[in-house]
Amino acid sequence: MSWVLEKINGGLVRVFLIVVALFWLVPTIGLLASSLRSPDDMSASGWWHVFSKPSQLTFESYQKLLENSDITGSLWNTVLITVPATVLVVIIGALAGYAFAWMEFPGRDWWFLTVVSLLVVPVQVALIPIAELFGKIGLFGTIFGVILFHVGFGLPFAVFLLRNFFAEIPRELLEAARLDGAGELRLFTRVVMPLGGPAIASLGIFQFLWVWNDMLVALVFTKSGTQPITVALQTQVRQFGNNVDVLAPGAFISMVIPLAVFFAFQRQFVTGVMAGAVK
Amino acid sequence: MLFLLPALVLLGALVVYPIGYSLIRSFYNANGDGFAGVDNYKAIFTDDGIRTALKNNVIWVVFAPTVATALGLVFAVLTERVRWGTAFKLVVFMPMAISMLAAGIIFRLVYDQDPDKGVANAVWVGVHDTFARSSAFPNAHPGRESPLTADQGGFITRTTVHTGETVALPLVGVAPDQMPGGARKAVAARSENGRITGTTWQDFTRGKGVGRLGTPDPSELGYDGMRIEAVKNGQVVASTKAAADGTFTLPAAADGARLRLPASNFKQPYNGVDWLGPSLVTPAIIGSYVWMWAGFAMVLIAAGLAGVPRELLEAARVDGATEWQVFRKVTVPLLAPVLAVVTVTLMINVLKVFDLVYIIAPGSSQDDANVLALELYRKGFSEGQPGIASAIAVFLLLLVIPVMWFNVRRLRREERR
Repeated sequence: MSWVLEKINGGLVRVFLIVVALFWLVPTIGLLASSLRSPDDMSASGWWHVFSKPSQLTFESYQKLLENSDITGSLWNTVLITVPATVLVVIIGALAGYAFAWMEFPGRDWWFLTVVSLLVVPVQVALIPIAELFGKIGLFGTIFGVILFHVGFGLPFAVFLLRNFFAEIPRELLEAARLDGAGELRLFTRVVMPLGGPAIASLGIFQFLWVWNDMLVALVFTKSGTQPITVALQTQVRQFGNNVDVLAPGAFISMVIPLAVFFAFQRQFVTGVMAGAVK
Repeated sequence: MLFLLPALVLLGALVVYPIGYSLIRSFYNANGDGFAGVDNYKAIFTDDGIRTALKNNVIWVVFAPTVATALGLVFAVLTERVRWGTAFKLVVFMPMAISMLAAGIIFRLVYDQDPDKGVANAVWVGVHDTFARSSAFPNAHPGRESPLTADQGGFITRTTVHTGETVALPLVGVAPDQMPGGARKAVAARSENGRITGTTWQDFTRGKGVGRLGTPDPSELGYDGMRIEAVKNGQVVASTKAAADGTFTLPAAADGARLRLPASNFKQPYNGVDWLGPSLVTPAIIGSYVWMWAGFAMVLIAAGLAGVPRELLEAARVDGATEWQVFRKVTVPLLAPVLAVVTVTLMINVLKVFDLVYIIAPGSSQDDANVLALELYRKGFSEGQPGIASAIAVFLLLLVIPVMWFNVRRLRREERR
């Protein structure tokens, strides 16, 4: 009897999870299918008709989009913003993380707690002050300004994550290197950074996705010409309706790199997410 | 100290300085040249637009984190029982990797009002029509020289009908693709003693002047399923439905009544839910947020679940507890710390939600979907009100300070260990 119940229960659980998985997949499939149909087909019927009429599939929208210099330019801007913002956060965060973990200086713990307390500061707080500041020093509208902002707001998490990881490095390893006459810089580049690989990977992926996917910061600090893809698409959403042939493939192109990074580095990403559960 | 310098300079200039600046700026007027006292803060609670934002933020903070955490918990527990649990987790977790902008565009498509385009309404209308068939004859109306006249949203015969007669109830105006699938060629009814018979059909043949008025022609279709009521002194004394060829029969009770085609025949087809209209826009956007973040909750809770000792669950099962009791009395209490962390994290995250609202809410209902982060952006960058925007920023900061304190305390406790 209970065996039968178990069977039914197991079946129900499976059905439930399959339905949930469909709920999660269908919206994205809808975007993909929409991006692969012509504008005429899109205004005539729903994207699901593509399954009964696969002949509707076309790369027309993608072709048109990739000939649009606004879009390709903004895609390039996204790369120009994301890569330096990620590298800088990792380097600066690692330096500070090492200092907090292994260097002695007055008020060290107090400084570290201050940095940790900045983890939850909403970016919104800084938008107006930094916009005015950048305006005064000529950084407003530049890619460098956006990078700087992302580095500033990426640092608390970077320092927090890396300090905690570096602190786990066995003391003997560092002492041995010090006895061999290695200076702090040498210690940092030759011992700490290589050992910190996993944490640095997590942080890098996390920061990369964060900056790549950002819209708000770029919306405030860029102007036409320095806009990343998110902002370029955002202007299109204002006239939503007859431009699905730009929005759908555009959104999909903007998702390709993050999804590739996500699938390639799932484990590191999850580690980063878990460590960042306070951000 | 050189190691620390770049980080501290950047943090000081980009994070700490803005906090101080916002704090001071929030006490000054729009131009920044006059002290405004607490006027900007008052505006948060008096300005209609900001109050809507505040109210919506409360809805967001209460529902979004709890729903996402609850779903995450259910998914985490259930995936342990299927072999493809990892694949499932990947599917649910994937939206974490994409931008809120992309998610916004995805859900803009999902929530499209037109049931032929938006998948949400397509499913909804499908389900609705399965249980409540919508009427088949929108826009039908009497043609020239019709025996029918408008009555209470439907149509009624001008004269009374009697047994033995055949009655013609012709209408025009139903688009060919909206005729019921089962409709067949209209047939003139034969008279029957002691009953009223008749036909209701689309009295229209394509092409000018083709077909005779008031008589079913071979090319004309019957109104399959049209409801007909016999009305005497305002009372319905008999009713029936037309057959596929449009013919119908009424009993002797209808003698001397007028025949009515009631309004229910002519309602517009059900068009689904206006997801992004003023009343549903916030729940709809919260739905898209849950789609993005339930995976986050699930992954963290699953990690917590992996740390729960299996023997404890087994012991409870051996003692005769049902799966539900095990879940409720053992699993959930053991996971309480993880659930708390997840919920609090999501709450902070929700306070800052901007992109989803900005992208999904159409211009017409953006005011109804407003949240503080969006209002801050509007006030600061399109309405020239940096004073009020700064006050909103400080307000948001105040809301996260308890969490700040909690983080610091947790860290200090860990350090002491």
